[in-house]
Amino acid sequence: MIGTGVLVRLALRRDRLLLPVWILVIVAIPVAIASAIAELYPDVGQRLALGATMMANPALQALTGPIFDPASVGGLTAWRATTFAAVLAGLMSIMLVTRHTRAEEESGRAELIGAAPVGRYALPAAAVIVTGLANLLAALLLVAGLAGQGLPLAGSIAFAGAVAGMGLVFTGIAAVTAQLTANARTANALAVAVLGLFFLLRSAGDASGAEAVSWLSPLGWAQRIRAFADERWWLLAVFAAVAVLLVAGADLLARRRDIGAGLLAARRGPAAASASLRSPLALAWRLQRGMLFGWAAGFAVVGGVFGALAASVGDIVGDIPQIADMLARIGGAGVLVDTFFATQLGLFALVASGYAVQAASRPRAEETIGRAEPVLAASVPRWRWLAGHVACALAGSALILLIAGLAAGLAHGLRIGEPATQATRIAGAALAQVPAVWVLAGITVLLFGLLPRMTAVAWAFLVAFFLLGQLGELLQIDETIRRFSPFAHVPALPGGTATATPFVWLCLTTGVLIAAGVAGFGHRDLKSD
Amino acid sequence: MSSEFAVLINGLTKRFGHVPALDGLDLDVRTGEVHGFLGPNGAGKTTALRVLLGLLRGDSGHAEILGSDPWRDAVALHRRLAYVPGDVTLWPTLSGGEAIDLLARLRGGIDPRRRATLIDRFDFDPTKKGRAYSKGNRQKVALIAALSADVELLLLDEPTAGLDPLMEAAFRECVAEERAAGRTVLLSSHILTEVEALCDRVTIIRAGRAVETGTLTQLRHLTRTSITAELAELPASLAGRPGVHDLAVNGNQVSFEVDAEHLDGVMRLISQAGLRSLICQPPTLEQLFLRHYQVSAS
Repeated sequence: MIGTGVLVRLALRRDRLLLPVWILVIVAIPVAIASAIAELYPDVGQRLALGATMMANPALQALTGPIFDPASVGGLTAWRATTFAAVLAGLMSIMLVTRHTRAEEESGRAELIGAAPVGRYALPAAAVIVTGLANLLAALLLVAGLAGQGLPLAGSIAFAGAVAGMGLVFTGIAAVTAQLTANARTANALAVAVLGLFFLLRSAGDASGAEAVSWLSPLGWAQRIRAFADERWWLLAVFAAVAVLLVAGADLLARRRDIGAGLLAARRGPAAASASLRSPLALAWRLQRGMLFGWAAGFAVVGGVFGALAASVGDIVGDIPQIADMLARIGGAGVLVDTFFATQLGLFALVASGYAVQAASRPRAEETIGRAEPVLAASVPRWRWLAGHVACALAGSALILLIAGLAAGLAHGLRIGEPATQATRIAGAALAQVPAVWVLAGITVLLFGLLPRMTAVAWAFLVAFFLLGQLGELLQIDETIRRFSPFAHVPALPGGTATATPFVWLCLTTGVLIAAGVAGFGHRDLKSD
Repeated sequence: MSSEFAVLINGLTKRFGHVPALDGLDLDVRTGEVHGFLGPNGAGKTTALRVLLGLLRGDSGHAEILGSDPWRDAVALHRRLAYVPGDVTLWPTLSGGEAIDLLARLRGGIDPRRRATLIDRFDFDPTKKGRAYSKGNRQKVALIAALSADVELLLLDEPTAGLDPLMEAAFRECVAEERAAGRTVLLSSHILTEVEALCDRVTIIRAGRAVETGTLTQLRHLTRTSITAELAELPASLAGRPGVHDLAVNGNQVSFEVDAEHLDGVMRLISQAGLRSLICQPPTLEQLFLRHYQVSAS
């Protein structure tokens, strides 16, 4: 592994901005949550009341997992923050590993490095080391931050360990996916799909009370390390062992392939283009469809699983007498099922916004890498080239939400014996989220048109809206600030009432953002870096 | 405007932040000619071509292409021209054949027979996926798409970079045919033999401005002829004579370089000095470029 040290320094130099931001976000969210809970719920009584309310809501359980100790600030922090921080650590690790392995090979830079006197596997080794260090640093800062809030040291260590453990497991998973495919985008997508699957397993397990299912997921372990509530320290060893096994597996795979190649051999393509590949829209569709199919399949599965769970939600809660009374007062188990769907669809909408941002960012990637140039040097107006990708982003995000809604409604409907009714009802509710999702596509297009180098900032908007929506109420953030998020304007459907006004406004906002972005793109230079 | 010039640039400037890429560039390409566009790396050749394509907008000065404004009329203009970028990036999921068809169709259509001929001539395998092509083969995709288009003007940015000598020869044949068919070609290149073989006129740019322009004959005139001669006696006035450079004396043999405008006088001088043998080498384009390139380096 000669040269690994130099490559580690190279990676740190390249990520000197990105890495601190990731670590800061991973550390800041749990610390902010701990501080807010301590401030807003100072008495044990208040905390127990909060815990009881939250445990009564299976939709929230699906999102965050169980509460192990509602009496302590630490227990509530662990309940609310573990999933956030662990998912973020997983995403950071995926992004870092792919960026320093497969993306380097794809760009050809790995060849430049491979020709230097460095070990054959120094590049992946450096990526794993940098990512591991980033996770450890995040863990250290988390311990300092949480203990600094006055939380018990042992619990802080367990919490930080679970977050870093999750990061390390995904370091291994990304190291494996980077070996499987020749394309960095696909490598990232595979690893993120695994993360999504683990989230789904834990979520389904927690929402339905099937403990064993939750245990299949590292996110389940992160919860069940029971930080601040009689810690299970041995889970740290499980995280470490799984991470080591995955990295070893990646190493084995790396030895079986050539530089630049995936494990699957490249196939040949047609010698001539089909008659339909003749417009910028057709090109955009061709480039984006693979990703869209992947998202659609994921949303169909996730929608189906949650739909199938929905009917159980009333049953679980109905067993608890106090809650059953409360339920009867607010309108019965049907209301609970509707709330469950509304919460899940809100979450789907946030994830679908990820698709919208990704799809709407595609023109930036095409511009940077130099593939926009030959197209725009042909007889293609700039707006039409951009419109092709924007159309994919808008139609694609609507399509995946529709699929999720249909799958959820159908699964639920089959259980309660009215598939058609439920499918249309839940699909309709899912479509109600679409205008809010489109705003994110609009923001991306605006940034691309006016500040192309800042296109990725659209992700920051998505994260901010996510935090406002998921934590705004708990942290008692001012209503006017919360209404900056487009998702704050979507009515709670199914079950709630909807008027046309918010949809019109959201669509208008999207329209203005896109129009400004397209106009900006029409007036600026093409920038290839 | 008249159709005399296919490309007309006057005093064009373009800055990237504080870095000037074009600094008052002048360039005129006559309709029907093959015009060589030469300069060291970073001289602004690609920037100039991108301005002509409306991909970049000039800061000041005037640029006109086929009688229209390259920024304002980009889309209509692009139907009448074809472009080969210096660094071709392909879509990893599209085959080479698909990329050729797509680029040609976006310009307005493709002649399938010409496409087949060119694929054959460039010995190109159109069934591989974008990622699998080498640099030269990626270049062929752009070349075939551009050459199979029925256009008035070809803008070629170092089109033979990465091609092997056989393919380079095929490329030269194609350009010669394009010229015979009355098309105009603006060829940015580093390969001097290629420029000498193909171009009617040449413009050399350095640091964003044109330093020389003219036919090859005119340019040759601007540079020095190297002379090696054996003389009966050494004329005393040869050393230090204006226009004589790098004089080396070895017994009765002298070798030196002489500026074109002093050639006549110097030849008179040595012919009166008992000339026994004479080797006279005309200036090569290479010397001319080196002279300019070295100035830019210093």
